[in-house]
Order: sequence, then structure tokens, then C-alpha cells
Amino acid sequence: MTLDITDLKVTIGGKEILRGVDLSLQEGRVHGLAGESGSGKTMTGLAVLGLLPHGSRATGSIALGDRELLTLPPKELNRVRGGEVAMVFQDPATSLHPMLTIGKQLTEHMRHHLGVDKREARRRAVELLGKVRIPGAEEAYGRFPHQFSGGMRQRVAIAIALACSPKVLIADEPTTALDVTVQAGVLRLLRGLCDELGLAVLLVTHDLGVMSAVADEVSVMKDGLVVETGARGQVLREPAHPYTRSLLDSLPDAGSDPAPAPRSEDS
Amino acid sequence: MPTTAAPPRPSRRRGAHPLARFLIRRILMALLLAWGITLVTFVLTNLVPGDPVAANLGQRALGDPAIVAQWRSEHGLDKPLWEQYLLHLQGVVHGDLGTSQQSHRPVSQDLAEFVPATLELAGAAILVSLVLGVAFGVIAALRRDRLSDHALRVLSLIGISVPTFWLALVAFYVFFYRLQITPGSGRVDAALGTAPAVTGLQTVDALLAGRWDIFGSAVGHLITPALVLALYTIGLLTRFTRSAVLEVLGQDYVRAARAKGLPGRTILFRYVLRSALVPIVTVAGLAFGSLLSGTVLVEAIFAWPGVGQYAYKSATTLDLPAVMGVGLVVGVVYLVINLIVDVLYGVIDPRVRLQ
Repeated sequence: MTLDITDLKVTIGGKEILRGVDLSLQEGRVHGLAGESGSGKTMTGLAVLGLLPHGSRATGSIALGDRELLTLPPKELNRVRGGEVAMVFQDPATSLHPMLTIGKQLTEHMRHHLGVDKREARRRAVELLGKVRIPGAEEAYGRFPHQFSGGMRQRVAIAIALACSPKVLIADEPTTALDVTVQAGVLRLLRGLCDELGLAVLLVTHDLGVMSAVADEVSVMKDGLVVETGARGQVLREPAHPYTRSLLDSLPDAGSDPAPAPRSEDS
Repeated sequence: MPTTAAPPRPSRRRGAHPLARFLIRRILMALLLAWGITLVTFVLTNLVPGDPVAANLGQRALGDPAIVAQWRSEHGLDKPLWEQYLLHLQGVVHGDLGTSQQSHRPVSQDLAEFVPATLELAGAAILVSLVLGVAFGVIAALRRDRLSDHALRVLSLIGISVPTFWLALVAFYVFFYRLQITPGSGRVDAALGTAPAVTGLQTVDALLAGRWDIFGSAVGHLITPALVLALYTIGLLTRFTRSAVLEVLGQDYVRAARAKGLPGRTILFRYVLRSALVPIVTVAGLAFGSLLSGTVLVEAIFAWPGVGQYAYKSATTLDLPAVMGVGLVVGVVYLVINLIVDVLYGVIDPRVRLQ
């Protein structure tokens, strides 16, 4: 299933945050969304799930297959959330509830969306934990988030996002809060899952190193607009827009290697 | 925060075992504190200026040194202070709190009669406060800056600012004297008799005996003083719950729960209230203390035969064993409340019990 964002405009309290964003996600492809802080990349991700902050208005179109998400009634939108479009947040230390077990957080939406019973949900959850390569999945099921390291927590968050077999995954800076040493592992996992499950992934990041490691397509945002979009090699090697060029120039080894290992420099 | 991915043998550190250890540690701590309370009540009571002999014997008897000496030795006041304390402690351990110089009954017997009445009143008040305070606080947070939020803000400010004794007088005057919709003083209609005492709580005893008439009368008598007593705590809990819920609502994991498509009810109870409970429980525990001291005034106005009235009478007559007994009971009630709060922390937040 594809996700097409056309002419998405978002205003918060009268201020225009997105000024007509166009993006297209295809299944089995990772679409990287780059840009500096405040360029609107996170807001684009949140808009897809209708999670924009209070007092914001979104116009344009976000089409999931042939359904328009912007005008979907709340009940149906809630079925899309977690069920068809899932999200991984930036910091797994704060995006997992500290007082609920991993198992609970893995199974509650499964039981709600898919209507499976407790045993089946548990079985699937343990399988998922294995899939995101959490060692000792059976035991991990009963543990709490604070008993895991940052990288493991983000793997758990990814497992939670995948629990209801969504078609689209929005990953908002999924490696920014992690140690450099575990970033590559999480990115490889995301890439692998995308290929294996045919997910359409929107990878929001300000880190062009991360982008060049896993993205198929790359879009660059500035001031609420997508200024450039295209295949990774083309955008990162022959940037057409001056802003993309300046972003690349700000990297220490700019442009020399189109697909280096993931880096952690903050842009 | 520990960041090891997998402790070597987590299965043996999980489940009932750490919680039991957590409990035992807290209970041992509480026992130590209980001993401290006996020491403090004893020392403070004996530091009080005033002569219990003068307060208890009449003018004529005071003039007779033989009678005074006999009274002192009868009540153990001729022994050195440390020996008095050891005797007192020995008695406490055996449940003997001495004999009240006023009622000439064992203090433990007096307390057994008066303490349940106070606990019933304070317990009802804290129950009402928790239910209403938390509900109001959640409503205020969810409807932030709307009319209901502003209305609840005014209500909680009134609750916090109005003095309890004034409110008790006004409530008594309005509901009993003017409107005549609540029964007057006491715990239950005397004409109905009483249910056999099991717990000492009239409402519970009436239920256990299946006496609905007594239960109705007991609830009727309880409702006004309990509400008067609860108003302050309701105001306090409304304020704290509102801010706690607002803080949790802004957390990442609440947004993550929305992104999972969970129903609003699940998010509110499982994600928001669970976290907000920690500050709420803290405040409720502290509020119970101020609630207990509030009972002294409310009991006096509603003629509620509780420990507040007993404490007042004992203090004015320098009835030292009774004063110590009351001090001990109030101290132990505080201890138990704190123990409950501590245990609740462990139940609510796994990070507390798994440390």
C-alpha cells in the first residue's frame, strides 16, 4: 500500500508550519526525510497519524491507498493508528511507559486491533522480540523498560510498532537518542524489516549519514517545504537545490562517499 | 539508571521475592519508628508543665502529704523517670497503656471505644476526598481552561481556604437546625440500639449484622461531618491531580499510546492515571495527617464520640497515661499510613520495587 502526501499545509495557532508538502511512500522502500530542526519533518510524520498538537489545522491530502486520512472519522483513524500506520519515536527512554511491562505494551494494541486472545498475543509478541533480536525474548516479555539499554529499548519500540503488521512505518529520528555504537544495528534492523515485510518506511532524520546508509529515496525539507526529492544517489551526489548542497557541505567528508557507514554527527 | 541489557539471572530476581524484601524492609523500619514514638510521647508528656497530682486530687486531699504520696506511688510517679519509661514500654508491648486517672479504666479500653469512631470518620472523609478529588482533578485537566476547569478551581480554592471549624458550625446550623435534613450529633440513632461490635465501625458492624436500619442511620450521621472534614482534602487533591495529569498528558509515552490507536479510556486509565497516581498517593498520605487533626474540631461540634474529644479531655486534666495512649495511637496511625503509601509506591512503580 502506498502513502501519498499532497500539498499538505499545517498551521498551528495561525503560524504556517507546513506550506504544501508532497511526499510519496512505496512499499518495500525507505524514504528519508531530511532537514534542519524546525523545517517541519516531524510535523509531517505526526500529521499522517493525526497526532498534531492542539490548535493545529491540516489541509491538503494524505492518502493511504484510496482512503483520505485527513478527513477520516476519529474511530476509523484510531483503527489506522497502530494497525496500518505505526510510528517509532525519537527517544525510547520516554516513549515507552516506565510502569508497564514490555509484554503489556507489545500486546495491548494487538488485542485491541486484531482481537486476538491473550495466549496468541503473547506468542506473537515473543516472536516479534526475537525478530528485532532481543536476546532472551521469553524473559524480556515480563520485564520493564528501565531494565533494557537504550538500543534494546528502541528495538522494543520497533517491535511494538510492528505488532499489528502495519503497512507504513514512520520512524521519527529513531537513532538520534542512541549511542553511536548501537545506531548502525538499529538502522540495519529497520532496513531489513522494510525489505522482509514490504513496509513503506518514512525515515525522518537530520542526519545525512543515517540517510545515505538506508534510504532509497531522499527528500529535503526547509521552512515547511520539500525543496528536493529523488533517488538517494542522485540527491546526495548531485544535489540540484542550493540548500541540499549546503547541508552536504556542512558534513566533514561531504559528497566524497555516497553510502558511508551511519554517522552520528549532529547537523 | 542501569543499562545492562540482560542481568545474568533475571527470573530469580523477579516476581514476589523483591516485593517481599521491599515489604519486610519497610515494616522493620516502621517498628523502629514505633519505638521512637513511645519515647517521644513519654518524654513530651513528662515535660509538660503542671502537676498531675494537683490536677487530679481535690483541695483537701492535696493538703494531706500521705494521700499525695499514696496517689503518686499508686500511679508510679515516685519512681525515677527512666524506670517509669521502662515500665511504660513494658506495658505497651503487652498492650497495657496504664489506667486513665480520669475514667479509672484501662487506657486501652478507652481507646478501643473512641479510636474506631475517629477512624470511621477520618476513613470516610479520606475515601470521599480520594474519589471526588481525583475525579475533579482529572476532569479539570482534561477540560483545561474551559468552564468546568475554572469552576473546579474556584471550588478547590474554597475547600483549601475555608477553616474546618467554621464550616462544621455552618453545616451543622444549615443542614441540621435549619433544613433538618441531617440527623444531629452522635454516630447513630440511640433508639435503634447498636449492632454487635466487631470492627468498632458502626457502618461496617451494621452491615455485618444485616441491620439496614442501623446502617442507614450511621451513614446519615456520618455524611455531614465526613464531608466537612473532607472538603479541604478534596480541594488539595483536585489541585494536585490536575497538575499531575497535565504533566503526564505531555509525556512522550502518552503520544506513543495515541499512535498505537488505543481507545481514549485505556490511555486515560492505563497510561495517564497510572503515572499520576504517584504524586496523588503522596499528597493523600500527607492529607490524612491533617485530616486526623481536623477531627478534633469536627468531633467537638458534631458531638462525635471520637479520640479527639478524649484527647482534649485528657490533656486538660493532665491524665498522663491517656495522653500518652492517644499520642501513641495517633503516631501508629501515621506510621501505618506512611507504610501504606510506601507499599503503594512499590505496587504502582516497578522501578521502586525492583531496585
